Amino acid sequence: MSSSILLHGTRFLVLLLAQVFLFNNIDFLGFINPYVYILFILLYPVNSNQLLFLLVSFFLGLSIDIFSDSGGIHAASCIVIAFLRPSILKFSFGVSYEYNNVKVSNTPFGSRLTYFFLLVIIHHLVLFNLEVFNMSHTLFVLKLTLFSSIFTTLLCMIFMILFSKKTP
Amino acid sequence: MQQIINFFIRNKNFLLFLFLLTISLSLTIQSHSYHQSKFVHSANFVTGNLFSLKHEITGYFGLRKENELLAKENNRLRNQLEQFSETSTMSVRISDSLLEDIPYTYRTAEVINNNYSKTNNYLTLNSGRKQGIQSEMGVITSEGIVGIVDQVSENFSTVLSILNSKSSISVKLKKSGHFGSLVWDGKLPNTLQLIDVARLADISIGDTVTTDGRSTIFPKGLPVGVISGFNLDRGENFYIIDVVLFNDMTKTEHVYIIENRKAEEIKELEKTTKDE
Repeated sequence: MSSSILLHGTRFLVLLLAQVFLFNNIDFLGFINPYVYILFILLYPVNSNQLLFLLVSFFLGLSIDIFSDSGGIHAASCIVIAFLRPSILKFSFGVSYEYNNVKVSNTPFGSRLTYFFLLVIIHHLVLFNLEVFNMSHTLFVLKLTLFSSIFTTLLCMIFMILFSKKTP
Repeated sequence: MQQIINFFIRNKNFLLFLFLLTISLSLTIQSHSYHQSKFVHSANFVTGNLFSLKHEITGYFGLRKENELLAKENNRLRNQLEQFSETSTMSVRISDSLLEDIPYTYRTAEVINNNYSKTNNYLTLNSGRKQGIQSEMGVITSEGIVGIVDQVSENFSTVLSILNSKSSISVKLKKSGHFGSLVWDGKLPNTLQLIDVARLADISIGDTVTTDGRSTIFPKGLPVGVISGFNLDRGENFYIIDVVLFNDMTKTEHVYIIENRKAEEIKELEKTTKDE
């Protein structure tokens, strides 16, 4: 139990600092930034307390907001995906994911990709809509969402492969 | 009563979600009004110190370019000084009382965090209230303007970049004197839009845009950029002019912060005139 708290605490801090100092400065093609910190929300244990999960996600988003002077946009999009995660889990891994004790790192590639991409695209859609905050730029927001989502999902999948412990 | 409690217990996740969503949305909406949130900004102790730690390391990478910029600015100032000393044959001794009449004071600071790829960008500087920085002061580099100081803490301050949808700076065309507002459409970090210039104005590509002295923030005549293209707006009464900046907003390291010592007096006067 305590080792799991340690693991997730470290992951929280490492992803937060990596996002603020590294991934916020990538600016691929001038406007595409990956938001890799949501890997924390994607990899949070499936069978944990939902209340705690919502609170932790909120604080993760708020910390990113404080660093990047963006009001509450990351906090809002983080709790939206934290709240929707059970439904997305059910959709991507089947209804019985709770009883099968699913660990995201041991799932088949296809369903993991679906799970990642759905949550990432919802997060980015909320994020960019709140950031631009202007209905007349909808096309720009959609373009931004699509490209950034692809970039973020790609990086998340690569990180999963790089940092996964091989279980025989 | 029992049912109400049961309702709360059954929907506790959803209620917590709504509660947190309300907090974050209100923070967002607050940040879209002119002043950003009093709590959520990067000029606080933890983020400020982390950003300056990062700046300690990454600051070395641009030193050659910074030196060139400083040498260029020194050269320009030296030339101006030469002209000045030629025109005034008498040596002028500047006394303290004369200094008080100069309304602008300049302070230097370093940029420890810089954004330019979002639609609402802010910079973080490594000086704050202790160094005499206050909200609403103008921030410039040797080549052009950067933004306006927003939040200030003891040792750090955040700057509302001109690359921000909330920023609007009054500027004028150097040649004809027509004035307008400089805003940003969120697309390219080196091109801003000059709006509200009347159709009567005579403009051409390559004209210089400078600040006008109408606001209390920037002094008159600071260089901003050159015109790269223009169209009429939908009503065909005003121009929308693309302005390419002189300074590179993506590589801002050393900045000057301008204090207008007469700002308070001017504002007070304007306030009393408005009230009447």
